[in-house]
Formats: sequence, C-alpha cells, structure tokens
Amino acid sequence: MKTPFPHAKDADLIVRNALGGLEAPARRAFLRGAVTLGGLSMLTGCSISDDTSVEAMLMKISRFNDKVQAWLFDPNRLAPTYPPSMITQSFPFNAFYSENKVPVVDADRFRLEISGKVADRHAWSLPELLALPHTEQITRHICVEGWSAIGRWGGVRFSDFLRLVGADLSAKYVGFKCADDYYTSIDMPTALHAQTLLAFSYDGEPLPARYGFPMKLRMPTKLGYKNPKHIQAIFVTNTYPGGYWEDQGYNWFGGS
Amino acid sequence: MDLHLSSTQKIETGAQPVMDDHRRIHPGWLRLMHGLNALAVLILVGSGWRIYNASPLFGFEFPGVITLGGWLGGALNWHFAAMWLLAVNGLLYLLVNLVSGRLWHRFFPLSFHALFVDLRDALHGHLSHADPRRYNMVQKAAYLFVMLDSVLLVISGLVLWKSVQFPLLGELLGGYETARYIHFFAMSALVGFLVIHVAMALLVPRSLLAMIRGR
Repeated sequence: MKTPFPHAKDADLIVRNALGGLEAPARRAFLRGAVTLGGLSMLTGCSISDDTSVEAMLMKISRFNDKVQAWLFDPNRLAPTYPPSMITQSFPFNAFYSENKVPVVDADRFRLEISGKVADRHAWSLPELLALPHTEQITRHICVEGWSAIGRWGGVRFSDFLRLVGADLSAKYVGFKCADDYYTSIDMPTALHAQTLLAFSYDGEPLPARYGFPMKLRMPTKLGYKNPKHIQAIFVTNTYPGGYWEDQGYNWFGGS
Repeated sequence: MDLHLSSTQKIETGAQPVMDDHRRIHPGWLRLMHGLNALAVLILVGSGWRIYNASPLFGFEFPGVITLGGWLGGALNWHFAAMWLLAVNGLLYLLVNLVSGRLWHRFFPLSFHALFVDLRDALHGHLSHADPRRYNMVQKAAYLFVMLDSVLLVISGLVLWKSVQFPLLGELLGGYETARYIHFFAMSALVGFLVIHVAMALLVPRSLLAMIRGR
C-alpha cells in the first residue's frame, strides 16, 4: 500500500506532506508505535506531541469536530437566559494581552468597514450603528479555559445587520478584523442565530474599552475566543479566513 | 477442511474448543477494547489535567510534566480526539456485553454480604483468584462502578462541550458550572480506580497476563 489512509487523495495537504516524507517502513513503525505501550509512555513526553504527523492527525480530527459541531448546531435552539440578579459581578477581562494594552478607539473617527460578498459596502459611523434596532440579552459567556460568567449585552441582531447590508447569506463564512489585531471568523448559520448580536453596550452602558469598545460580536452559542472585540471590519466570504487562536490550533467552530 | 492435517493435529484441533474454554480467560475482542480504553483514558486524563490548569477549580494545579498537550490548545485537541475513541469503544463494549448477556452473567447478581466478605479477604491479602474467569464481588462492584463512572464522565463532558446544544443533559447535571465539578470528581474517581486496578494487577500478575495474552 502506498498510502496509510484510504482517503489520502482527499486528505489535507499537510497530512500528505507529513506522512509522505516518511518511508514506508518508518510509517509502519510510527503507526505501530502509536498503539504499543512504549508509544503510550511516549505520549506524555513532548517528543511525540511535537511530532508533525501527530499534529496533523490532531488537526484533521479538529476539522472533523468542526463538521460534527455544525451538524449538532440547531439554528432555532436558544442559549439559556438569566435574570439580572445572576449577572456576574466584575465580569472578567480576558484577551491575548494584559488589560493596560487595551486599544483606544476614537469614537468620532471610527468607521466600520464592510467588504466581501455584500451589496452595500459603505463604511458605518458609530451614530449610524447605534440607531439600529436594539436588543438585550443576559447570557452565559463560556471561556475555552473552562470558566464562565453571566453578562448583559445589547445591540443589533447580527442577522438583521447582515440583511441590511445585503450580505450573501448563502456564503460560508463571516470574518472579523479588530483594532487589537485580533481576527476570527464564524459559520453563516451561527451568524444568523437569533442570539448573535453586534453588541454596543454592556449592562446598559456603552461597551467599555476592556469589553471591546466600540463593538463586539456576542454569541452565547460559541466560546469566548469566537466573540471578537473592538471590531473594525466585517467581511463575508467563501474562503476560510481562520482566526488568531484558530491558526495556532484552537478548534475553529468553537461552539457550545 | 484441510486434508493435509496429521492425525495428532486433528486430535488437537478437535480438542481445542474444550482446551480453549479451559484456558482462555478473556476473548480477543475484550482485550483489544480494554487496550483501546486504557489508551483513551490515559490521553483524556493527561490532557484533561492540562485543560484544568487553564482555570483551576481548586487551589492547586497538576504538574506540567504529567500533563499532555504542551499548551491549552494542544491539550484540547488531544482531549477532543480521544473522546471519540472512548465513546465509540465504550458504546461497542456496552453493546456487546448487553446483547451477548455477558454483562448479566459476569457481573450479576450483586451481594452486599459477599462484597463485604471479599473486601475483608482482599484487605487481609488472601482474596481467592482460583478461577480467573469468575470475578469476585469486589471486582464485580469495581468494574460496574467504573462503567457507570465512565458514563457520567461522558455525559458531563457533553455538557461542558455543548451546554447549549444539550440543554436537558445540562439541566440534569445542574448546569454548566456544576458539570465542571461533576466532570472533575468523576475523573478523580476514575483515577482512584485506576491506581487500585493497576496495583491489583501487579499483585496478581496472572490477571495482568490474562488481559494481555488472553490466558
């Protein structure tokens, strides 16, 4: 057999390259090693974790998990909502930088750029955005680290906004670029979920800088790292845009 | 039929079912599933400890060297890969055991009195393993416990992974935050079982060999 997997033709380039680089005996040795007790003890060491073929296998399973999550995702199922009394006191700040590095965005000069598969590409000023129909939600934010916190966000339903700008709702992805150089992307069904908000407020106040001024995408159906803050640009595309953490190995779908 | 068999071979072949029944303790499928389950559990526990360290529930962290994944993202990828192995292997195990009736005749009936007697004997170091194809009451209780504990780990894991998509499971376990504690304590119970299980297997090497070679 030339290839270790029957679907090698359709497999990721990475996997083909990684495994293709090994001679057949070495490949067999690797596969055998993976199921022996010796391989088991090696799993805890860093050598096999850093192995590119193991990494490629894990990424393939992560892509498979994306598909499973897309299949599990029910566009009509709402995340639980909570009474105001359950809002977490001092909602945690969390980012890939410390709180004193939070970007300062000039509200007057701010423009939200819209691009990609949309009919109306005009850039939006903050007053224009704030004039859009307003919805509030008190939902649980679940972080990939495991902790969770309940908060109250307000803003425009993202599905309404996408329709307003004439987005191609059959496109696969919506991508976000942020003032803190963060970037991420989500699937269209989640973008159209009733609880997906382009949020401008937190607990009745304009979104504070540490929570993502001037706006964040709030999705109670996805983990925290999928909820971008300080959004500057939104684009609709069929080309996989990835994300800041996703490109380093976090699962792309990140649903909850 | 192979016509080239010698008469002695024929006799041996003919006698094999009886011999097999006499000597084989664990069938091949069981040993394979046991091995896969052990692999899945080691990966899940090692990566789970690294995930725990990202946001500890209690005032301690697991030492990095005994965790798997190198960083949170790596640990999550190991965890969400091995969960399939545990779930598919575990479901097949339960299915085979239920359909074949093995679950019933290997693990039941349970008796508190026998459990007490066997536990006392075990603690005094003279628990009988005369017939390794029969589990003593401590084994029956322990293996049934670890099956139920694994089911609890999978259910609480599903709530942590997809609390919005599985609202009924979430409510059953008292919500997302409670599910974190349940997942942690169920893991602790599993690791506790694992320590005793491995210690017993080393104390009675015959049982370890039976699980590796089948006899």
